Amino acid sequence: MNILDLILDAGFLAAAIRLTVPLLLGTLGEMICERSGVVNLGIEGMMLAGAFVGFLAASVFGSLWFGVFAAVLVGGVLGFVLAVLVVHLRIDQTVAGIGMTMAITGLVYFTYRLVYFESTMPSIKGFATIPIPLLSKIPIVGDALFNQYALTYLAYLVIPACALFLSRTPAGLSLRTVGENPEAAAGSAIKVMPVRTIALMVAGGFAALAGAYLSLAIFGSFTFGVISGRGWICLALVVLGRWNPVGCTLAALLFGGVDAFQLRMQTSGESQIPFSVFVALPYIATLVAMIVSSRRASAPKSLMHPYDPEER
Amino acid sequence: MRIHMIRRDASAKRDALASLFAVLVSLAIMAFLILLAGANPLTGFVVMFKAAFLGKIAITETLARSAPLLLTGLAAIVALKVKFWNLGAEGQLLVGAMAAAYVGTLTQLPGALLIPGMILASMVGGGLAAVFPAILKTRLNVNEVVSTLMLNFIILSLMIALLSGPWRDTVSNWPDSPDILPDAEWPTFWRGTRLHLGVVLAVLSALFVALFLRRSTFGLCMDIVGDNPVAAAHARIDVRRTVLIAALLSGAFAGLAGGGEVGGIQYQVMTSISSGYGYAGLIVAMLARLSPLAAIPSALFLASVMTGSDEMSRQLGVPSFLADAVQGITLLAVLICSQFARYKVHVSWTSHGRAR
Repeated sequence: MNILDLILDAGFLAAAIRLTVPLLLGTLGEMICERSGVVNLGIEGMMLAGAFVGFLAASVFGSLWFGVFAAVLVGGVLGFVLAVLVVHLRIDQTVAGIGMTMAITGLVYFTYRLVYFESTMPSIKGFATIPIPLLSKIPIVGDALFNQYALTYLAYLVIPACALFLSRTPAGLSLRTVGENPEAAAGSAIKVMPVRTIALMVAGGFAALAGAYLSLAIFGSFTFGVISGRGWICLALVVLGRWNPVGCTLAALLFGGVDAFQLRMQTSGESQIPFSVFVALPYIATLVAMIVSSRRASAPKSLMHPYDPEER
Repeated sequence: MRIHMIRRDASAKRDALASLFAVLVSLAIMAFLILLAGANPLTGFVVMFKAAFLGKIAITETLARSAPLLLTGLAAIVALKVKFWNLGAEGQLLVGAMAAAYVGTLTQLPGALLIPGMILASMVGGGLAAVFPAILKTRLNVNEVVSTLMLNFIILSLMIALLSGPWRDTVSNWPDSPDILPDAEWPTFWRGTRLHLGVVLAVLSALFVALFLRRSTFGLCMDIVGDNPVAAAHARIDVRRTVLIAALLSGAFAGLAGGGEVGGIQYQVMTSISSGYGYAGLIVAMLARLSPLAAIPSALFLASVMTGSDEMSRQLGVPSFLADAVQGITLLAVLICSQFARYKVHVSWTSHGRAR
């Protein structure tokens, strides 16, 4: 099979869309909190927490949607915890975020072993795809775009919602002002710290939703490697997507394609190259994307700078 | 709710107390986790203490485990001095391990040169793996947090490709590299233990970094660059060069950690060679408040948590991921505690609180 056949295959396109969604959700959430001036380096851990909590809640309560709900809730709480550390206590955002990811990862693995030590992993039936009448009949792209999980359709709606929120609503304007110039924002009676706290909670919720999507829709199970760096990749995609919703969507789409390609090459068994070279592909692509996009990157002005209300 | 933070005068004593307090907090949370796993925390701590410190094997194993932690801790300290967020110590450690394993199997090399060759190769390998993201940062403005994390994944995948391809063990067919030559095995300092050359090298490295940061001109330059790159440039310090050299040094220590694991412990490379030492280095550094000498007890603490958790998992059935959870919690605890040491924090629950 040559590479062109592989990419134009309808099954490949559908897989690319499926794998785009977790990156898209993570990237949009990260973009929102970075537009408010805080970076969420807990994203990798929050995705893992979402994947685990989603799976656990879904298998215990027997409802996939309950799993999704529980994951988002936990993501929001974790976002709040990070906000206390970096917004209120003004701890360095890099090390606090990495610390969150380490602590969450350790706690998730520990809890996983506690819950599933003796008993075997419960198997759950993940989300099924729902074809949309008429639209799913469009040749080639119809099946890929409109025969998807309900969560995928939800993700389609999140893109314009994010774009409209940022550009057309007063709350979106406040968020952007806080990210560009927190002193000016405070001067016009915008509460800087609550805005950033909420932005981090939203980012946490999005990250956890992305994780739950991986465990409940794509894989139908929880494994230690379920996230394997997808959270870190989202950080790069925000830069590649230039901190705007459309750019971030395109960046996520590109990397969803890379991920699908990598998975397919791994499993096709036709290539002479060891499979772990393909495993490295998304990370190499991320590094290349960072190199290409960083030089003219224009991050929100106050990104990574803690806001001190007493210092005026 | 409002949180007011007022900066205190710097106090080394208060900073040290903050780290100590953070350790106590994380031990308390550890007790809670042990309880959650259905074991008695007191029994747990006794098991941990015995496994980590009581007896010749216990104490030397803890020391052997603290060597890579101390080295990756030094890697983090050197990089953080110039605010280069090297989160790639894990990958640099793997490069160091591969370089040492390669040199350690060279039959062409005279036996006496094998060990110095391995030390040098692991440091050069690790150093180059850290210089690459440093060049990307200083020349192309590429954020090093993401690039070094990506390099960890890339290096691990390529290492697995190497181990399952050209380096696959032809006898066992496991993805392990060929064993190093007998002459390449690092000497041990106590018969019947694994207290190897790498442990001594790690302590010497800590002394070297302490002297280097405090006494050398370059160490002073690193401090200025880390504090304020603009001021450093005005003082005619070459900021880029300083960051590159610091990155090289940082990677060299991480690489040496990998070299020690190959030369002193495993005598080969396998996928599980690191057990997360690279990431834990950041915790060692923060717990030591970036002091190279304080990194020694910090590394010992984390090493004893690791050996203790392994033993608790064997004896009490507490999942050994306890160590990972405690490590992450220690990092958060030390961050919070040192913030309280540096600032007076007032929390007022009404918005009318202290007027600003």
